Amino acid sequence: MIKKVESKEKMKIQTVINGKSYEKEVEPRKLFSDFLREDVGLTGTHVGCEHGVCGACTVLMDGKAVRSCLMFAVQADGTKIETVEGLVNNKTGRSLKAAFSEHHALQCGFCTPGILMSSVEFLNENPQPEKQEIKEMLSGHLCRCTGYTGIVEAVQQTTDGNSK
Amino acid sequence: MTDKIGHSIRRVEDARLMSGEGSYVDDLEPFANVHHAAILRSPYAHANIKKINAEQALTMEGVVEVLTGEDILEHTKPFPVGVSEPINYYSMAVDKVRFVGEPVAVVVAKDRYLAEDAVDAIKVEYEPLDAVVDIEEAMQHDAPVLHENIGTNIANQRFYDYGNSDKAFEEADMVISHKFNFPKYSATPVENYGVIADYTSSENQYTVWSNFHGPFTLHTVMSAALNVPSNQLRLMVPKDIGGSYGIKSGMFPYIVLMGVAARKAGVPVKWTEDRQENLLASSSGTDRVTWIDAAVNKDGTILGMKMKMVDNVGGYIRAPEPASLYRTHSNTLGAYKIKNLQMETVAVMTNKSPTGLIRGYGGQQLYFPLERMMQHIAKKLDMDAAELVEKNLIPSDAFPYETPSGGIYDSGNYQKALKTALDTAQYNEFRQKQKEAWKKGKYLGIGLAAIVEPSGSNMGYVTVALTPEEREQSLPKSGCAEGATVSIDPRGSVTVRISTVPSGQGHETVAAQIVSEVLNVEADKVKVIAEMDTATNPWSVASGSYSSRFAPIGSSAIYQAAQKVRNKLLRIAEHQLGEPFQHLTIKNGRAVAEEDETKQISLKRLIGTAHWNPVDLPEGMEPGLHESAFYTISAAKAPAKDDTVNGSVTYGFVADVVTVEVDPDTGEVEILDYVTVHDAGKLLNPTIANGQILGGLAHGLGGAMYEELAYDDNGQLLSGSFMDYLCPTATEVPNITIEHQETPSPLTPLGAKGLGEGNTMSAPAVIANAVTDALTPFDIMIDDLPLSPDRIWRKIQEKKRVVVKEEF
Ligand code: FES
Ligand code: FES
Repeated sequence: MIKKVESKEKMKIQTVINGKSYEKEVEPRKLFSDFLREDVGLTGTHVGCEHGVCGACTVLMDGKAVRSCLMFAVQADGTKIETVEGLVNNKTGRSLKAAFSEHHALQCGFCTPGILMSSVEFLNENPQPEKQEIKEMLSGHLCRCTGYTGIVEAVQQTTDGNSK
Repeated sequence: MTDKIGHSIRRVEDARLMSGEGSYVDDLEPFANVHHAAILRSPYAHANIKKINAEQALTMEGVVEVLTGEDILEHTKPFPVGVSEPINYYSMAVDKVRFVGEPVAVVVAKDRYLAEDAVDAIKVEYEPLDAVVDIEEAMQHDAPVLHENIGTNIANQRFYDYGNSDKAFEEADMVISHKFNFPKYSATPVENYGVIADYTSSENQYTVWSNFHGPFTLHTVMSAALNVPSNQLRLMVPKDIGGSYGIKSGMFPYIVLMGVAARKAGVPVKWTEDRQENLLASSSGTDRVTWIDAAVNKDGTILGMKMKMVDNVGGYIRAPEPASLYRTHSNTLGAYKIKNLQMETVAVMTNKSPTGLIRGYGGQQLYFPLERMMQHIAKKLDMDAAELVEKNLIPSDAFPYETPSGGIYDSGNYQKALKTALDTAQYNEFRQKQKEAWKKGKYLGIGLAAIVEPSGSNMGYVTVALTPEEREQSLPKSGCAEGATVSIDPRGSVTVRISTVPSGQGHETVAAQIVSEVLNVEADKVKVIAEMDTATNPWSVASGSYSSRFAPIGSSAIYQAAQKVRNKLLRIAEHQLGEPFQHLTIKNGRAVAEEDETKQISLKRLIGTAHWNPVDLPEGMEPGLHESAFYTISAAKAPAKDDTVNGSVTYGFVADVVTVEVDPDTGEVEILDYVTVHDAGKLLNPTIANGQILGGLAHGLGGAMYEELAYDDNGQLLSGSFMDYLCPTATEVPNITIEHQETPSPLTPLGAKGLGEGNTMSAPAVIANAVTDALTPFDIMIDDLPLSPDRIWRKIQEKKRVVVKEEF
């Protein structure tokens, strides 16, 4: 049954973020990216365009990379979320981070959390990608610092590491 | 002395940035009770504001205050500008709007959502006026005038004559001329502007956090606008900025605007720019029209050049403009030994957004016409472009080389770098391949660009915008000073405080490398504080992150501060060991006599003496270990009476060779290989240096092929989102080969020069040269950008209709 919500009325949502359960009241119009940053305090997820192009706001929802700026917080109700803060507990995430540092795949680091999240999903689904596939995956992200070279190398190295 | 400096040490910044622990301005809550601002912006490019009605907005939920131009008039003065014309530029429109996106009102509310609701409820009555966006139209006598009090759209105009150009043009075998257009494009860091402003009324004190990265000359401009003594505007910048590439210097009007908002609303105010606002109204490079005449002999010797360059600075000429016209003043003739130069520089105001620093600043606008012209001349003379370039390069024994306009190129070996570039790209082999390909209807091309990359701006260069007489009326401006502090605390930990305001360039890492080498301690024992605080940092008017000044200047200040601490430690050791200072060095945590290693004392003890036991210090020595150094280079002199100026302190060199394939049916360009050879003196950290080069190159690629802030004739922006303003992504970046040559600068203590902007300057020129070369059979001329498929396709079609040359 669809329940009508008044414009400023808040809705209760429940999500598990990085393994921790949250129950919060939110306005239906609140963006999920703002919810993560403002209501949950996870400022590692960044906002660069709020129209779905830059990819900085990417998080994993039930294992799938999604753009948190293109979603409302209420749409996260009942889901499991992983953000960059949770990557310490993710094996692929840890290898990626080591490879990013080794290949100078970040400078200002603002795009990096989103790119790491997409890369985790990508490598989970596609453990042995071609270089061109890596580039295509990355084409959903803008990085204005690095020229992408180091990022491609870092993701590639992580796949080589996985194959061993 | 090189166990750390010059090595690719891993970055200390990475760990926090990959853990979500960066501290970017939007992550901060530096004050209690922070409220949020949203800005109402002009939908018109040019209009008088008749009336603003905010009554309804003020009654809305969560709204604390609405500000309009009246508040700005009440609390601020116009920003000081860099030209003699009296431009009234405020942080918000006061009675008239001059570009689409200009702030018209600010709402302060409990949160951003509520602030934006209220923005929608503000009613503004405008009286639209005719707009002008085109440079040449704006200079016509009957053009709409933006600033009535000036009566013209020309904000700055100067003429320069160096050498004897008229004679050169008389004597030359021929004069070759062309006009070039360079488009307006931006930098779009992934992080937008952010400001959090607080006002303490009892002290008339503004405290503002933001991701502004200098130049801190603009601190003067902001405090003057706020009409407070400069110590009553405290600017703080977090250690992490999400990229800038120059554009974040352009946020200074918002620091003032939010300062006034906090003052009027009585609460701290936070404003985070969104992407539409960023594209519409933040800042950008200038669009420029350049007319070049070259006096050329048949053998390819270029005797002189005449250039007229007109920059479009948008609705208001604001500091540091018209610097875009003058940043490359000293290196106007690039890498060439041309002796005679005439120049006319003009800045016009039109109904586009105001401009400012963008990576490459003025360099791409200069080198696109200059390097395109080199290829054009070669073609007219039926010479190979590489031969023409080489023939005119400044020879390696000519350094330090003084340019006609006063630049002093400190060091270099341009021929060698060019040769490396041509060899790496297999220039001659490619020429063969190209001939074969043309026969098969495949259009391969090779282009080159040889450019001088200025770094470390002289604070005085902007004043060549003024006449010598105007300059004489105020204090001469010179220098490029930077400060740094190195201290050792009572337990022996080393802290470095820098004011270089990095935005991803790894200054913390390099500073730690330098200090740890000088003090002979492990790099990870050194903590670098990169936060900026104008109340407590060692900073100068030149401080900040721009003009590639960290390697030549910022790092030198750090080096000198570390040397001071080292010297103090060794003076204490001299006193305690009875060994002369000159014989002492630091090794493995101890001060040791070089001749007699039995004479030694631990640093711990020396540090302890300075802190815990100052009575045992040498006579007259101050206690503690806390040394600041300020560094400048004397080559950065004020402009001379004859209008010569050395605009930068160090000059690197970049030689690019690019190969492309162009599809004549679609106009699409594929870059096959991009070879770039850099000489930036001694590299401090090669991995970081390459990262800077790759980023600058990708930005240059964007400017060459994708990025444009396009406007229609009414001044409406056509590329207001990332769907229309196209930034290069991973699939667009070509194969890149970087080679280095390290000719040390004689001027800097570590021999370093700046880098990271060179390819932003060169890429539009070199790619355009390669595309023109590929399309030789069609005989087209590329004199505008970006090289989008439709633009190239149209040029081919125009020629096809005339004649297709077959004789190659
Ligand atoms: S902020 Fe979500 S895609 Fe840019
Ligand atoms: S590292 Fe700065 S945007 Fe990618």
